[in-house]
This record gives sequence, structure tokens and C-alpha cells, in this order.
Amino acid sequence: MTTAEIAAPAKKVRATDHRSASRWLMAATIVILCLWVLVPIYLILVNTLSSPDQVTSWPRQFFPSFDLGSLTFFANYQGVAYALLNSVIVALMTMIFSIGLGAPAGYALARFDFPGKNIFRVIVLMTRAFPLPLLALPLAIMFIQIGLDDTRFGLALVHTMLAMPFAILITASLFMGIPYELEEAAWTLGCNRLTAFVKVVLPLVMPGIAASAVFAFVISWNEVFAAAVLTIQNRTLTAFLLTSLNESPLYLKFAGGAVLVIPALFFLFAVRKYLFAMWGIANR
Amino acid sequence: MAEIKVTGVEKRFASFTALHSIDLTVKDQEFLVLLGASGCGKTTLLRLIAGLDFATEGDIQIGGKRVNELPPRSREIAMVFQNYAVFPHLTVFNNIGFGLRMKKMPADQIKQKVEKAAEMMHIEQLLDRYSGQLSGGQRQRVAVARALAMEPEVLLMDEPLSNLDALLRMEMRAELKGVLQESKTTTIYVTHDQVEAMSMADRIAVMHGGHIIQAASPIDVYRDPSSRFVGSFIGNPPMNFLPAKKTNGHWTAAGVPFEGPSVDRETIEFAIRPEDMDLAETGLSGRVKVVEPLGAHQLVTMEMDGHLFRAVLESDLKIGSGETLTLAPKPDRIRWFDLESEHALQ
Repeated sequence: MTTAEIAAPAKKVRATDHRSASRWLMAATIVILCLWVLVPIYLILVNTLSSPDQVTSWPRQFFPSFDLGSLTFFANYQGVAYALLNSVIVALMTMIFSIGLGAPAGYALARFDFPGKNIFRVIVLMTRAFPLPLLALPLAIMFIQIGLDDTRFGLALVHTMLAMPFAILITASLFMGIPYELEEAAWTLGCNRLTAFVKVVLPLVMPGIAASAVFAFVISWNEVFAAAVLTIQNRTLTAFLLTSLNESPLYLKFAGGAVLVIPALFFLFAVRKYLFAMWGIANR
Repeated sequence: MAEIKVTGVEKRFASFTALHSIDLTVKDQEFLVLLGASGCGKTTLLRLIAGLDFATEGDIQIGGKRVNELPPRSREIAMVFQNYAVFPHLTVFNNIGFGLRMKKMPADQIKQKVEKAAEMMHIEQLLDRYSGQLSGGQRQRVAVARALAMEPEVLLMDEPLSNLDALLRMEMRAELKGVLQESKTTTIYVTHDQVEAMSMADRIAVMHGGHIIQAASPIDVYRDPSSRFVGSFIGNPPMNFLPAKKTNGHWTAAGVPFEGPSVDRETIEFAIRPEDMDLAETGLSGRVKVVEPLGAHQLVTMEMDGHLFRAVLESDLKIGSGETLTLAPKPDRIRWFDLESEHALQ
């Protein structure tokens, strides 16, 4: 009897121990994952905002001196401006193509029952399963054959392929969020399918479409492998930095890194709630 | 002037038939209620008439014009949806004026018609709001005003009050009836609420399993159900049924002989509404199981001849459970049903 009395609370203590242990594990994992992402970004920022001398000096600095020397050097570096222009143009084209093609596909997924709908959904995701290096060589050969190599348009096509699955899935979930009754009501009030879409559905999904367009832009902006393989003269900023990495000084790499990372971070932060929507997590 | 004529309409989905060869005529300016439990096909029929779905077979005519292949916008209809379907990105004014704008009506005319419709539904003060700033009842009013502003030949309403709370529903019921009477529009109104159907309809079409079982005035549907289903579906509490056997030219139910129809059957069904009986010396007797006082009346549930039997009696009668009651049905209120076909017998 006495042993039982003692054992019972002991068991309880162990149970709380177990719970708090798993909570600690959880917290530790979150902290490690956050540091994993944030520390490199922080170091890039520190070094970007330090003068070229400080970047190469020892001991390392952990606080920026807010010297714009590295950034000015980067901005004036031969070829940077052109690469930046290429990046923006390719990303804009990717954005237009992937929304132009992806949004109708998303609408179809959300609104219509057609044979092979589930298979289509899987195939859309499957396109992301092929590693780009595997596709790069055949793609490069094909592009040379049809004359698309080293063009912004050709690169935008490849980036569209990368961005489109997300565009389709995000827009599908957006359209699913719009009650079908609203469209039906518009039909009874004198609209056909197209005018109902333009006057009722589009205004309601516009913020989400804009978000998924920004996401497509970021995917293209960040993509480096295809850009490096498929272009020579018309390099995007990522590809340009990759190839000039060996011959360029350290502070240039940091400045280039920052210029690439910051816009992407801002964009993704702005559209984050729509990206959750893609996976069906209600966050609105 | 718009009469709706539905002939031989059938709707099949991949694996099941939602509507079996429906024939229905709704007269000009009539208020017809489609009444039935969920899944009976009433909303499907409404959507076929609206043009939101298309019939597998049969014809639909509105105002003498065959509309089978016409899209909703060409059918001269307006519809009120169960979830209101008020456009969230437009103000109340623009919601009500949406259809008029699609018709390319001049702005001053739109303004006038929107204001008139808003006035009818008492929402003049809400014209600048968005649907997110409205309560359920107000949204409902907007949806109805939007349909009325179109001045349609036919108004279709799909359970418009089912999302409102009980008190508001009663209020809106009376108000809608008034507004619709005034507008003189042919109306088809879908509901599963028999009180709504009884109180609003010129005519009720009771639906069950994809068939229209009976289409008649509310009082006829109540008093003279054409089948056992209608009798048991309409009325709260529902009709009582007892098996009746043929004995010496009479029908005997629960040991009591009644005059009944002359049909060549051994057993048919005796039916009586709970309120159509009085306490008496002789008649149907049963043992009281439960007594529920309802204020004006009391609902007495009895066991009679092995069947549940309900009676609605004056509330000042003292009745306790376990007692034996004897009830005399009013002779002109007794109805008979065939056991097999479940049709009413004369």
C-alpha cells in the first residue's frame, strides 16, 4: 500500500518530465532551424554594410559599420547592371507566363470535375520531382537546336516550368475559396461565364493572384542552375555571380548575395499568408 | 406574364436519378412552394428551371418559350440563393444594381430602381455598406432586393430563410409574403420547412425521391393527402395510421368498425390527424404513455393496438399517463390509404 502511494505521484512527475522534455526538444529544434536560416543572412548583411577593408580584415566584425563601400563597388562592377536587368526581365516574363497559364489551370482544378483530375494534380507536383541538373543537358541541346539558347525568353520558359506548379496549386486554392454560388448569382444577373469571372471572381482573388505572381517572380529571381547552363551572354544576376565568384573579391560576393536575398525575402514576407493557403492551411 | 411549364423532365447524374419525369405547371403570378426533405430533388428542379443545371430529358418552358438550352441570363429569371451570394467586393447599392448595370441601363434609372427595391426590403440606410458589415438577416434582404430590382418574369428562391434564426425567420416570412404578393411575380420557392410552405404558398408541390407526390393548395395537401407519405410528412405531429381489416362490409381499426371505401383488399390503412378527435364514450381506445402540455393544447401519445397514436386535446382536460382514453374521430376527417401503393382511397 505504501509503495503504491509513493509510486503514483512519482509516475505523475515522470509524465510531466516527459512533457516538458518534448517541449524543450521542440523549442530547441525551432531555435536551431531559425538560426540555420537567419545567421547566414545576418552575416551577409553585416559584411555587405561594412567597408571592403573590414570584410577582409581579422578579427571579424559582428556589427555592421554601415559603410556603403562594398555596395557602391558592386553597383559599378562590370556587367552587374546588365545581369540585374536580365534577372528582372526574365523574372517578369516568368511571372506573366506562369500566372497566364497557371491561373486558368487552377480555376479548372477548383471548379470542374474532369476525368483524370487527381492524376493531373499529382503530375503538376511531379514536375518538381525531377532534379534540374538531370534536365539541364537535354534542355540545353534542345534549346540550341531551336535557337532558344542564351535568350531571356528561353530561360523564362524553364523558370515558368519551375514556378507553374505553385501558381496552379495556389490559384486553385484561391478559387476554391470563392463560393460557387457567387458565380451562379452573377449568371442569373446577366453575366456569362467570362463576365462573371471578370466582375465577381477576379476582384475577389486579385490579392491572392498578385501574391502568387510575386512568388513566381521570386522563384525565377533565385534560380541559378538553369540560368548558368542555358545562358552565356544574357546571364541573370545569380548566374553572373556564380561564374564570377572565383575571380571576384570577397566583399563583392557579399554585396551580390545581399542584393539577391533581400528583395526575395521582402516579397515572400509580403505574400506569406497566400503561400500557406496553397497547402490548405486557413490563415485568413 | 410568365407561366412555367415543366414536361417530362428527368435529371440523371452519373450513378443516380435525381428527378423522375417531372410534370409541373406554375401559373402566371402563382406562388408555388417545392416542399420536401433534403435530397428529394427540389433544389435540383429549381436549378434546372434557373438554367444552372441542364435536364437530361424533357422540356422546360418559361412564358411559352422553350428554355432548355438557354443560359440563366436569357431566361428572364432572378434567383435568391440559400447562402445569399451577396458579392463581398461590392456595396449594397452596387449589389442590387449589378444586374441592371449588366443590362446597360442608364445610371439614373439604376439609381431609381435600386432605391425602390431597397425601400421594399427596408434597407435604404444600408446602401453604402459592404456585405461583411451586414447581419445574416440584412444580407438576406439585400439578396431579395437584388432579385426584385431585376423585375424578373420568374423569381426563384432556394431555401432563402433557412440560415436565419427562428424569430427572424418568422418575421421575414410574413414580410416576404407581402412583398411578393405586391410584386405579382411568378415565384417558385424551395423549402424543407412545412410551416413556411403552408403559410406562404398558393400551391405546394410535395417532393419525395425525385417525384412530385402531390401538388395542391396548402389546405388540400393537409386535409386530403394523396398518399401516405404526404400525410406523414405534412403536419406536426404527423397523421396517425392504423391497419384496418375487412369484416362484414366494414373496416375494423383497433377493434372499432368504420364505414370505408369499397376496395378489393383484405387490409388497408386508417388515418386521422391528431387534432381531429374528441374524447367520447365509444371509439378508439388506448393507453396513455406520455402527456406533453404545449400551452394551448396538450399532445397525448398513446399505444393503440400495438401502434403509436397521437392526439392533440384541449389543455384543460386532466389526463395522466397509464390512463385509458377513448377517442371518437370526426367522421369527415378520416382518410384511407392503400397499403401497397400508399395512395389515398376514396
